[in-house]
Amino acid sequence: MSPEINDATFVTLDKVSLVYQQAETSTLAVEDLSLSIKKGEFVAVVGPSGCGKSTLMKIVTGLINCSAGGVTIGGKPVKGPTQGVGMAFQNSTLLPWRSTLDNVMLPLEIVEPHKRQLRRERDRYEARAMNLLRTVGLHEFADKFPWQLSGGMQQRANVCRAIIHEPSLLMLDEPFGALDAFTREELWGVMQKLWMERRFTAILITHDLREAVFLADRVFVMSKRPGRIVYEREVDIPRPRTLDTTFEPHFGEIVHELRERIVEVKHS
Amino acid sequence: MISEKMILRIMPWAVTVGIFVVWEVACLVTGVAEFVLPAPTAVWAATVKFAPQILHHSLQTLFTTTAGFVLAVVGGMLLGVFIGASKLVYTGLYPVLVGFNSIPKVALVPVLVIWFGIGTVPAIVTAFVISFFPIVVNVATGLATIEPELRDVLRCLGATRTEILFKIGIPRAMPYLFASLKIAITLAFVGSVIAETVASNEGIGYLMLSASSSYNVPLVFSGLVVVGIMGVLMYAVAAAFERRMTGWAFRGSDLMT
Ligand SMILES: Nc1ncnc2c1ncn2[C@@H]1O[C@H](COP(=O)(O)OP(=O)(O)OP(=O)(O)O)[C@@H](O)[C@H]1O
Ligand SMILES: [Mg+2]
Repeated sequence: MSPEINDATFVTLDKVSLVYQQAETSTLAVEDLSLSIKKGEFVAVVGPSGCGKSTLMKIVTGLINCSAGGVTIGGKPVKGPTQGVGMAFQNSTLLPWRSTLDNVMLPLEIVEPHKRQLRRERDRYEARAMNLLRTVGLHEFADKFPWQLSGGMQQRANVCRAIIHEPSLLMLDEPFGALDAFTREELWGVMQKLWMERRFTAILITHDLREAVFLADRVFVMSKRPGRIVYEREVDIPRPRTLDTTFEPHFGEIVHELRERIVEVKHS
Repeated sequence: MISEKMILRIMPWAVTVGIFVVWEVACLVTGVAEFVLPAPTAVWAATVKFAPQILHHSLQTLFTTTAGFVLAVVGGMLLGVFIGASKLVYTGLYPVLVGFNSIPKVALVPVLVIWFGIGTVPAIVTAFVISFFPIVVNVATGLATIEPELRDVLRCLGATRTEILFKIGIPRAMPYLFASLKIAITLAFVGSVIAETVASNEGIGYLMLSASSSYNVPLVFSGLVVVGIMGVLMYAVAAAFERRMTGWAFRGSDLMT
């Protein structure tokens, strides 16, 4: 599968390989991985554990440089760490010494042009952060510290922090993985709402096929290590999707289809 | 009914008083000579008798200790940040620091006397040298153990190394720093008293040495007790400071009570 590049393409990976070099051993984590993502698209990447999904995320954001092939974002090749990309991980990585509000505002202190304007327009930015917290139902906890929040609340704050500076690209590495089923499904709705409002480009890495189908426009299946894209599935379900949607036959079919692919991949 | 909280509060005092009582009783029962082990009452009598001298010398010790400690905090923080922020400096300097820390600091005092003469300076320097290392190590550890994911989040936002250092490195190292201060302050007392014993004519260490050379053993013990009390007080100050500055690191557990 070679990425077809057109005007709408935002992220491309072209035959990317990555080798982890560690003393004597070298691990080929991903090989010959190609994909392209359109601007404003929400894609999900699923695959067996250890197949290189987190590695893919680090390659896209330039945290590690690929051993072969090339990555572009918005037409520009990625060399070092990208600027202003929002990220959320499985563990919420909030700063325990900052209140929820201050945590959410952290990117504004780093990303231009907000960094320059923050001091002068603190009130405006604070209002913006409060608004975002309200959207995810956290506004009453703005002054609380992360350790005073539940796991689900921390993850909401984490997502807020990842998008407060309106990044054009959002990377999510199993952000809801550590949550219970109810909270997780609730946060799918929150995530979808935020995406429908703002239409950033998002790459979601997940183990949960229902999560992938619920949130994504397209789902990629990766092979086991060394990771490649072996299957791609368009999710032609209209938005907004609700929890009821997940019980519709078509939803189930897609999930089922993906599951079969993953099983195939595991035993290949 | 006495609440559990009350008991917890009373315990340290009860134990301290208990130790003195046991000590007193042991002295009475065994009839041990005063120049071997004076009873607490004898120590107290000596303390009252020599109160002006003890006050003078303990203020001197307090001064040298505090001076050395403050220098150690400033220097330790700077070097700790320097070491923890850079892998290169870390690998280069760490073995040297470990080696340096293995040197018994008493062995340094004669050298210090050659350099600075007898007096206040060797005591300050010894207090500094002995309390410096734990601070450096703790600050460096705090910086070096930043969660990789957190660093990644900031790097992807385009944060510079300095920004990462100031936004997460240093705040994160604070609990480590304050934990080390409690250890460092007690070590600083060890340092200054050792130096005063060998190379000074002022300070509690000197007082104890001169008292023991005139067989005034109760006064020696009085000096020991005073050093102990000063150590506990300074520790309490450091601990209170720690609570204020880094309450978040305790997850508010005890702040509620
Ligand atoms: N820093 C590293 N050094 C060496 N090898 C690594 C490193 N990070 C990952 N690997 C290896 O690369 C492979 C892919 O790892 P990666 O973390 O990308 O997997 P993953 O798909 O995210 O797995 P999971 O679904 O369990 O999170 C694994 O075999 C792993 O052992
Ligand atoms: Mg992973």
